Amino acid sequence: MATIALQDLGKTYAGGAPAVSGVSLDIADGEFVVLVGPSGCGKSTLLRMIAGLETITTGQVRIGSRVVNDLEPAERDIAMVFQNYALYPHMTVRQNLAYGLKNRRMAGAEIDRRVAEAAAILEIAPYLDRKPRQLSGGQRQRVAMGRAIVREPAAFLFDEPLSNLDAKLRVTMRGEIRQLQRRLGTTSVYVTHDQVEAMTLADRLVVLNKGRVEQIGAPLEVYRQPATVFVAGFIGAPAMNLLNAAREGGAVVLGGQALAVAAPPGAGPVVLGLRAEDLHPASPGTPGALDLAVTHVEELGAQRLVHGHVAGQPLVAAVTADLALADRLALGLNPRAAHLFDATSGRRLA
Amino acid sequence: MKRAVFRNRLLPWVLLAPQLAVTFVFFLWPAAQAGWQSFLREDAFGLKTTFVGLANYSRLLDDGEYLNAVGVTAVFSVSVAVLGMSVALLLALAVDRMVTTARGYTTLLVWPYAVAPAIAGLLWWFIFNPTIGLMPHVLGLMGIDWDHSLNGNQAMILVVIAAAWKQISYNFLFFVAGLQSIPASLREAAAIDGAGPFRRFLTITFPLLAPTSFFLLVVNTVYALFDTFPVIDATTEGGPAQATNILVYKVYVDGFLGLNLGSSAAQSVVLMAVVVALTVVQFRYVERRVEY
Repeated sequence: MATIALQDLGKTYAGGAPAVSGVSLDIADGEFVVLVGPSGCGKSTLLRMIAGLETITTGQVRIGSRVVNDLEPAERDIAMVFQNYALYPHMTVRQNLAYGLKNRRMAGAEIDRRVAEAAAILEIAPYLDRKPRQLSGGQRQRVAMGRAIVREPAAFLFDEPLSNLDAKLRVTMRGEIRQLQRRLGTTSVYVTHDQVEAMTLADRLVVLNKGRVEQIGAPLEVYRQPATVFVAGFIGAPAMNLLNAAREGGAVVLGGQALAVAAPPGAGPVVLGLRAEDLHPASPGTPGALDLAVTHVEELGAQRLVHGHVAGQPLVAAVTADLALADRLALGLNPRAAHLFDATSGRRLA
Repeated sequence: MKRAVFRNRLLPWVLLAPQLAVTFVFFLWPAAQAGWQSFLREDAFGLKTTFVGLANYSRLLDDGEYLNAVGVTAVFSVSVAVLGMSVALLLALAVDRMVTTARGYTTLLVWPYAVAPAIAGLLWWFIFNPTIGLMPHVLGLMGIDWDHSLNGNQAMILVVIAAAWKQISYNFLFFVAGLQSIPASLREAAAIDGAGPFRRFLTITFPLLAPTSFFLLVVNTVYALFDTFPVIDATTEGGPAQATNILVYKVYVDGFLGLNLGSSAAQSVVLMAVVVALTVVQFRYVERRVEY
């Protein structure tokens, strides 16, 4: 168990744009931090820099009290779970689990004890003498976890460990990883591109975009108070509606119509962020209501998502399934649920 | 596998005919002739032929020169296979570490395979020629007196180098492909699991290359047994004093120079049996081992 501290961390590949730049983050002992972002945002590179699989161009990584920049992966006292599991195909499950311990010259009895313990925790004891190819995807995933657990490392690093599983199994394994981490209390860094996975697993989220940190915070905090337009559009499903608007006379103006949303002081265009679930049907002609030209509807069962355009810009609203729909739909909005961003910097306004 | 269905019963045979004809004319027919010839004894002028049964085979077992050739062939084949494969593996491991220049090195390393064996043999004959060669001069400076036309061991070293050199390219290509099919994450996982570079190679990379290695072992052995005739012919001609007279070269010498066609045919049948056995072993073994 240990803390992990990243200090102004950066990575530049030879002859390329920086893959990661200026990342600073303090991870508490036992904390579960999720790095989330679209593909190519540098989240995997960042994780691999912590693991020691990528060299560090600038900055510092500390695990516990040690600066580990120049240490081999093996010396960093971390364990990693890979996207493709990276199980050794020619070894049995037992040998896979024991490999890291044998390399560290641990006594045979202790190895057996740890392997048995991990197998019991993960319910893989019946498969210990099988080869990885004889296991299902979910079982392989457990073995990969087991290989991390037996080491009893200072930190677990997860590199998109669930993305090769089918949707149903992913949800189950997600819950298991969370419970396991709580139980063991091992500091964990988890990389994913799936924002639902990120929201459900994290103690704290780190949203990355183009190699930079967009926002760090607890999942609900990031959801409720996205710091930038990027975070607003990335976290939450369906994605937050982002509408280009202007400010006139202290109000936000969309398509020439003043909305019941107070504009923060200042000039220049703004981006108005509205979550689909914060929009509700209103009677036509209500002042400040949005007039949605409906294009199509997605039925989700309990809810339906109405897609359409407002003032020529796409918008999605979540409404109850029993609402009768016409070509046009008047939508009221809660001024407190409106998010406002500066259109040029992308930063949140007040 | 995809199965084609032919309505016309004749068409498949017509389509196969060219390949079958080539196989028949250039392989099955000569092989059958050699088999038949191995039961015959013919005088040097081809005037009289007698059927002698297995006499040609039983004579081989009593022939000191033949038994010597079996031993020489064993040493030669194992040396060629081991040298050719180990150097190729080292080169493949080196290229596998390259990120940007791997393609260039691969191309250069594959070139020797395009050189005909006889030319490769001649090349090494020149390099090691005691009078005009570069290596004997360099070895002389180190106090080693090189003359492969007198020293049997040196002759063996020369033919092994000449024969293995060409095969390195071939082995190298297979090893590079084999290494590239091992996911990088396996080696990374092993690195995190505390295995140093040498231990990673020993416990992860090499076991996963085992099917490739075994396949190459068989291919290289077959190469050393059969395809090295031009190398021997261009460098030592089996000498000095039979030191490099491998089985396939002896088949040629006894048959075409000694005109003992019966014995030569019996020897080639024995060689054929060896390669069939090796191929069977290969397929059995590889089929069992290739999936772990």
